[in-house]
Amino acid sequence: MNTIADNNGSAWSRIKAIQAPWAWSFVGAVLVWFAIVAIFGFGIASNVAQTALTYGVFMVLVGLGQMLVITSGVGNIDLSVPSTIALAGVVGMHVMGGVNGNIVLGVAAALGVGIAIGLANYALIRMLRIPPIIATLSSSFIIQSIAITQGRQLPPPPPGLGAFATGRFLDVPYIALVALALSIALAVLLHRAVYGRRLSAIGQNARAAWLAGVDVHRTRCLAYVMSSMIASLTALLIAATSGGASLDMGVEYMLISIAVVVIGGTLVAGGKATIAGVWGASMFLFLTNAVLNAVGADAGVRSIVYGVLIIAVTVAAGGKAAR
Amino acid sequence: MTLAFTQARLRAMLPAISLVAVLIPILVMQPAVMSYFGSSLLLNLAVPIVLATLAQLAIITVNDLDLSIGPFVSLVACIGATLLVKTPWLGALALAGCVLAYAAVGALIELRQIPSIVVTLGLSFVWSGLAIVLLPSPGGTSPTWLGAAMNYQTPFIAAPIVWSVLIAIIGHLLLMRSSAGVRVRGAGGNPRAMRRFGWSLVRSKATLYGVAGVFGVLSGLSLLGLTTSADANLALRYTLLSIAAVILGGGEFVGGRVSVIGAVLGAITLTLAASFLAFLNISSDWQVGMQGAILIVVLSLRVLLQRGERR
Repeated sequence: MNTIADNNGSAWSRIKAIQAPWAWSFVGAVLVWFAIVAIFGFGIASNVAQTALTYGVFMVLVGLGQMLVITSGVGNIDLSVPSTIALAGVVGMHVMGGVNGNIVLGVAAALGVGIAIGLANYALIRMLRIPPIIATLSSSFIIQSIAITQGRQLPPPPPGLGAFATGRFLDVPYIALVALALSIALAVLLHRAVYGRRLSAIGQNARAAWLAGVDVHRTRCLAYVMSSMIASLTALLIAATSGGASLDMGVEYMLISIAVVVIGGTLVAGGKATIAGVWGASMFLFLTNAVLNAVGADAGVRSIVYGVLIIAVTVAAGGKAAR
Repeated sequence: MTLAFTQARLRAMLPAISLVAVLIPILVMQPAVMSYFGSSLLLNLAVPIVLATLAQLAIITVNDLDLSIGPFVSLVACIGATLLVKTPWLGALALAGCVLAYAAVGALIELRQIPSIVVTLGLSFVWSGLAIVLLPSPGGTSPTWLGAAMNYQTPFIAAPIVWSVLIAIIGHLLLMRSSAGVRVRGAGGNPRAMRRFGWSLVRSKATLYGVAGVFGVLSGLSLLGLTTSADANLALRYTLLSIAAVILGGGEFVGGRVSVIGAVLGAITLTLAASFLAFLNISSDWQVGMQGAILIVVLSLRVLLQRGERR
């Protein structure tokens, strides 16, 4: 898309073309944070930043998974994120059984749940040829039911995992470091590995990618599997932070995961992902929420502001030129 | 040739077949369902779902998807339970404003060429927020005329069935038989050709979004008439239910290929599916899961028939 014109353009236009999609959400996040500093003072602002690095990071994680799926082409979306979080959390807690020695086993089990769900989702999309939105919706119903049947008498998270979730290294929560490590790994995967090129290619034009020899189905399937795996990992972290898994702990992340991807500047039509944008958008939304909370806005007003923000960002970014 | 013909017809019949497939076991288990009273109890909640489904259908006709219809229906119910009771003119004005907002969003989506999923996702936050501001805790009352309208006893056949049939026929005539209907479906089927013919796509999209708004308002009001009180989370599940009903009814996500009658049947099937599972004495743990399974089974049937069609 942006080949010849940009190469011939001035340095500024190149910088703009490179930075535009994700920089705005960061600018927004930083501005909101400065607003917090200005209104409530530095002490409170740094506290808010600390919380953002825990709770905002959950938004980052689910957003990263959703970003991979959305990037794999028009119409691809993963609505099973909340139910995956529910099931992986439940299974993980059961396997760990509250014992430190079983943490590794529990993490493996949760990731296994994620892999199974991702494969099942893509099998539905591929074999029944139903749109991803309906496929992941139907599967999420079933996953939710399985989670309900397994959700009784859940053991609490092992103390080791709880300590990890609330622990910090140089004032940065471990959870944020996990997300950072994952983001760097994904950045390498997307921008330096063949898989990332393939994912972008099928997102921009699946047919052209197929003609060029890309295995469209395998690439897309892997995006769904990674999305579910990331959701499973998030489930364990949420459960550990909040002292236990619950069946509805993922509910709010369905819309949020899509919102942070879009506000972050990932193309909704697919083919172009931005990891930094997911971070910026998550921090922006979390901090905005914190400000609204602090000034006493109720849940309704917060929701309205969220919605208007999402629409405004989308309208401002515009879409593809009419064809 | 004849085989292909029957396959295509089978496919058109699929919504009706899936309805019968759910209905017969219910009738076997609970014959009382056939009675006037039984059917009106069973299908009581079908009317708002049917209306919400048609709202979704209007949007799917132009290749878009409305993720905000559930919160919108809830908001309408909240407006109906508060403003419409206390100051009727303000309530009516608010509802008209909602429809206009819908139409404006449709125009905006076409003008800026932005994805409807994201915009309606944002809208869903807005509608929910407005509903919470209007009615922070569940409550309110239904206007008396609304309750009376929804409890009106039609002769011989239970009211929900009569309403659903009427809605299906009117919707079918408007979208499938009128020239305006053909035009707006064309905007979904081949937007480029429609534009070259000089029809405004912006106007088509605004019209259909406006129609969706009208059906959403009707859905919310009929729901309020049935429940007699409102709640900001009253109809959140309608979003996914309505999409599923349209697809179950033979609608396609792209290409303006939709069926009003199929969608109405799909909505009724999904309403019945919930009761069906209750009659089966399936543990409540599995009720949601079975709904997902039913959806998958019906959709796989459709794929099988489509394959036959192509042969």
